[in-house]
Amino acid sequence: MIAFLVRRLLQSLMVMLSVALIAFSLFTYVGDPVHGMVGEDTSVDERQQLRESLGLTDPFPVQFANFVGRVVQGEFGFSYRNYRPVEELIAQRLPATLELSITAALLALLAAIPMGVYTGLHRDSMLSRFFQTVSLVGISVPTFVTGILLILVFSVMLNWLPSFGRGEVVDIGWWSTGLLTTSGIKALILPSITLGLFQMTLIMRLIRSEMLEVLRTDYIKFARARGLTNRAVNFGHALKNTLVPVITITGLQLGSLIAFAIITETVFQWPGMGLLFIQAVMFADIPVMAAYLVLIAFFFVMINLIVDLLYYVVDPRLRVDRSVAGSAGG
Amino acid sequence: MATLQTKPTDKTLEHVPASLFHRIVDSDIYYSFVHSRVTMVSAAVTLIFVCAAIFAPILAPHDVFNPIILNLGDSFTPPLWIDGGKTAFLLGADDQGRDILSTIMYGARISLLVGFASVIFALVVGVTLGLISGYVGGAVDAVIMRIADVQMSFPAVLIALLIDGVARNMLPRDLHDNMAIYVLVFAIGISHWVQFARTVRGSTMVEKDKEYVQAARVIGVRPVLIMIRHVLPNVLGPVLVIATIGLALAITTEATLSFLGVGVPPTEPSLGTLIRIGNDFLFSGQWWITIFPAISLVILVLAVNLLGDWMRDALNPKLQ
Repeated sequence: MIAFLVRRLLQSLMVMLSVALIAFSLFTYVGDPVHGMVGEDTSVDERQQLRESLGLTDPFPVQFANFVGRVVQGEFGFSYRNYRPVEELIAQRLPATLELSITAALLALLAAIPMGVYTGLHRDSMLSRFFQTVSLVGISVPTFVTGILLILVFSVMLNWLPSFGRGEVVDIGWWSTGLLTTSGIKALILPSITLGLFQMTLIMRLIRSEMLEVLRTDYIKFARARGLTNRAVNFGHALKNTLVPVITITGLQLGSLIAFAIITETVFQWPGMGLLFIQAVMFADIPVMAAYLVLIAFFFVMINLIVDLLYYVVDPRLRVDRSVAGSAGG
Repeated sequence: MATLQTKPTDKTLEHVPASLFHRIVDSDIYYSFVHSRVTMVSAAVTLIFVCAAIFAPILAPHDVFNPIILNLGDSFTPPLWIDGGKTAFLLGADDQGRDILSTIMYGARISLLVGFASVIFALVVGVTLGLISGYVGGAVDAVIMRIADVQMSFPAVLIALLIDGVARNMLPRDLHDNMAIYVLVFAIGISHWVQFARTVRGSTMVEKDKEYVQAARVIGVRPVLIMIRHVLPNVLGPVLVIATIGLALAITTEATLSFLGVGVPPTEPSLGTLIRIGNDFLFSGQWWITIFPAISLVILVLAVNLLGDWMRDALNPKLQ
């Protein structure tokens, strides 16, 4: 267990370092940071002085080490566009994105699990075919098209829900939440459905195929032979054994939710990190791009780690295997 | 050697012109194709899109990119079946008086062009790296697969967005507008090579220990030739499936990037660009400007996805 954990941590560290390297290369090779800081009339000598004082003439490894040191302390420099520290911008936008992504993930899970179990149990019923068709369409409709269609129906035609922004937000410390006001929750509905729909179809299809596989196994037959109720067999035995792949995919999808939020946030003008990033891409705001990249990588790595640890909680076989192997080896 | 070369999997690649037609009609794949209505419809839809895109200059009712014939008086013409519709504009016209049906045909042209080009790019990069990785093994394999692992942990859209964004900042503005399509193909291609590489690597590792490869090695065929002439034809089956599903993904990615405003320049709008342009008029009631391109995009992607699904099942020996 500990050896495994250490190996995973080292791997994560490698990933983070390579992403930091890419982010750093962005800084170094795309555009000239000095160019953005000085005026037209700054002489070549003064520029050179500034370059030295910023450490831009140091050898590459030294610069990279300094960059990593600053990033670890949460310093990403100044945004070229907003003239504010990047970490401040991100901290301001982070709650919006996290609330959106987590709501979307919860919605996706809550809808996908019952649908997946149902289609797995009754594979040929009308409702199953309907769910299957919906899921295929859900996979083929790009996120931004889903958003536009929802806006057309619920904002333009029915005028029920707002189509942009977060509504009213309440500040709790530095965290601004939209979950405590009616307008905030109303504003959250369409974006979170848009963002969650694709994940929902994915998870539903996964649970369905896993259920089909598990239901064929001997222990399910045996459980039925023992006279257990359908409920106990379907949920206690079958669903439980489909959970390992479901946790993997959901975990990994949570990461991509945060990234896909870029698209949803653009459609709904949701003031989160994704919108910040896309604006940074348009305006060549390298510090913001680099910071976003590092932050997203950090989320991904953390989520992967947590998913790996959750295996141990969900699947007792892993614990047994490891401890047996460990005691046999030691 | 001769008997080893004519393995059944080679039959689609070794061309025998006289019997090729019969071979196709006789094959399991043809059988499963004509017995799946959904697949035939998807194939037909895909074909219609491809034809409409290729022959857009001939088929499109209006020459929408010729500013001389555009008439601003036609702008915001609704679709034919709504009051105020004109027969000349079956699906209505946009803010500049351009016929929506024609812009969709031209848009599909760009979308499919970028889609095909980036899948081919991803395929060439992925298959090459996968072959090398699987055949050579060792440190080369480790390096390539670690890169693939790191890349796999990020969504393709994000990677494509990043590459596109960096290119946008490194190239001067007018140069970038000229090269936007190439940059886009590169960005989407690079973000999709991993699936190809992983699959090909896996099958290559299986194939390289088989007798025909050993035989080739014994008689002194150079490794590069073994990889290309002997291993490659035997690992291409799954690649076709990934390429088809990859095409749907690439079209979606292109549309997404263009919608976000970082894809193709507005002078050569793809379906994604059309949706973005139309999105501004959603609230003023001119829904057709954005909804028809959106529906076209969804139908195209759905058809390609269904084809890919069918192909995966048809080529999977486990299910036969």
